[in-house]
Amino acid sequence: MTPKIQLIDVHKSFGPKLVLDGVTADIAASESFVIIGGSGSGKSVALKCILGLMRPEQGRILIDGEDVVNMKGRERERVMKKFGMLFQGGALFDSLPVWENVAFGLVQGRRMERRAARDKAMETLAQVGLGSDVAELSPAELSGGMQKRVALARAIASQPEIIFFDEPTTGLDPIMADVINDLIVKCVRELGATAVSITHDMHSARKISDRMAMLYKGKLIWVGRTAEVDKADNAYVDQFIHGRADGPIKMEIRG
Amino acid sequence: MTLLAAVGRIFLGFLQYAGRLTVFTGVAVAHCFRPPIYFRLILRQMVEIGYFSLPVVGLTAIFTGMVLALQSHTGFARFSAEGAVATVVVISMTRELGPVLAGLMVAGRIGAAMAAEIGTMRVTEQVDALVTLSTNPFKYLVAPRLLAGLLMLPCLVVVADIIGVFGGFLVGTYQLGYNPATYIHSSWEYLKPIDVISGLVKASVFGFVISLMGCYNGYQSRGGAQGVGQATTNAVVSASIMILTTNYILTALFFNK
Ligand SMILES: Nc1ncnc2c1ncn2[C@@H]1O[C@H](COP(=O)(O)OP(=O)(O)OP(=O)(O)O)[C@@H](O)[C@H]1O
Ligand SMILES: [Mg+2]
Repeated sequence: MTPKIQLIDVHKSFGPKLVLDGVTADIAASESFVIIGGSGSGKSVALKCILGLMRPEQGRILIDGEDVVNMKGRERERVMKKFGMLFQGGALFDSLPVWENVAFGLVQGRRMERRAARDKAMETLAQVGLGSDVAELSPAELSGGMQKRVALARAIASQPEIIFFDEPTTGLDPIMADVINDLIVKCVRELGATAVSITHDMHSARKISDRMAMLYKGKLIWVGRTAEVDKADNAYVDQFIHGRADGPIKMEIRG
Repeated sequence: MTLLAAVGRIFLGFLQYAGRLTVFTGVAVAHCFRPPIYFRLILRQMVEIGYFSLPVVGLTAIFTGMVLALQSHTGFARFSAEGAVATVVVISMTRELGPVLAGLMVAGRIGAAMAAEIGTMRVTEQVDALVTLSTNPFKYLVAPRLLAGLLMLPCLVVVADIIGVFGGFLVGTYQLGYNPATYIHSSWEYLKPIDVISGLVKASVFGFVISLMGCYNGYQSRGGAQGVGQATTNAVVSASIMILTTNYILTALFFNK
C-alpha cells in the first residue's frame, strides 16, 4: 500500500541556517505519527513543508503518491482539501466570532450552507469541551487554552483525511489535555484520519501515537513504534524522553 | 568605488521591489475576476473605505474649497480678476485637489489599516491558516480590498468635489460678498465634463493604488509587531508617493495635447 505521506530527503534552510537536512519518513494511512524534538529543531517547519506553506529546496513530498512540492493553483487546492492543521499559536481569525472560525473550512472550503455549518461547528466545539456560550465571542475574549481548543475544533471540523497537530496540549490543564488526547485518538481510530502531531509532552505522545520519530539537527535520528521508545538504543532519544539536562544533546547555554 | 556599489545596490533593490510588486499585482488582479467572488467582503470593504472615510474627506474638502476661494480672491485682486474665483475653485477642486487630497487622506486612513490588518494576519499565521482551510488569501483578503478601493474612491471624490465647491461658495458669498446667483452661474459656466471625469478616473487609480500598497506591504510583512509597524509606514508612504506620481502622469495624459 502506498504510504499516505512520504518525505524523501527533504531539505529546508533559511538563508545560511539549515533547518531540515534530509528528512525521510513514510507515514501510513490511518496512522498516528508523533514527532518529538527540542525547541527550534524544525518540527513546525517540517509540518509547514508538508502542508505546502513552505517550499523545501530539495527533496520530494508525496501525498497519496503524488508529488506536491511543485503543485500550484487548482491542483494544490485539491490536495489542500485533505488537510486540517492546528497551528502552534492557534492562528484564529480575530475578525470572526468563534463559531465562524470553526465553521470556516466548511463554509469556504466545502461550500456548506451557513446554518448547517453553524450546527456542525457547535457540535465540534462541544467535543473540545466548549459550550454554546463562547460561540459568539471573538477569539481575543478567550483564554489561551480556550483559543487552543477552538483552533483544534477548526482543524477537525471538516473531518479532513490528514490532520496536523502542532503542540495540541501545551497550555492546557492536565485533565483537559487528556480530553484532547482522547479526541485525537478518536479522530484517528473512528474517523480513520491520518494524524501527524508535534508534542513535547511525553505522556501525550505515548498516548496518541502509533509511531514516534525524533528530529535532531535536521534529521529524523530515530523512528519506531511507540512501545519501543523506552527500549530505543539511542542516547538522544533516551535523554529527551526522560528530560535530562545532561547527555549528548547540549543546550546552547553559557553560564 | 564603494559609492558606485551602494548606488548599484539601491538600484537592484528597487528593481527587485518593482518586480515583486508587479507579480503581486498581476496575481491579485487575476483573482479579482475568477470565482469564487466574496461579495460580502467586497461590500464590507466598500463601507469601510467609502462610508467611514466620509468625515475625513468631507472636512478636508470643505476647508480646501474655502481656502481656495480666499487665496484666489486675494491673489487675483492684483490683476483685478476677482470674477474668476468661482471658476478657479471649481476647476481646481474637480481636476486636482478633490482626487489628490481625498487620495492622500484615504491613504493615511485605509492604506495603514489594511497593511496593519493583513500584516498582523501574516505574522500570526492567520494567512497560512486561510490556505489550510482551502481559501485563497488573494481572493479572500486582497481582491475585495482592491475592488472596493477602485469603486469607492470616485464616490468619495464626487462628495469631496461638491463639498469643496460649496466651501468656496460659502466664503465667496458670506465673506467676500459675491452675489450667490452669479457665483453659481460662473461655477457652471466654464466647467467641462472632462474636468470632472478626469478627476474621477484619477480617483479610481488612486483607490486601486492605496489598496494595492496596503495589501502588498501587509502581505510581505515579517517578524512580529515591529514588522507590522514597518509595513504600515511603508504602505502609507509608498501609496502617497505613487498617488503624486500617477497624478502627474494622468494629468499629462488627459490635458497635454
Ligand atoms: N519563517 C522563518 N524564517 C526564518 N527562520 C525560521 C522561520 N521559521 C522557522 N525558522 C527557524 O527554523 C528553526 C526551526 O523552527 P521551528 O518553528 O520549526 O521549531 P520547532 O521545532 O517547531 O520548535 P518549538 O518546539 O519551539 O515550536 C528555528 O531555528 C527558527 O529560527
Ligand atoms: Mg514549533
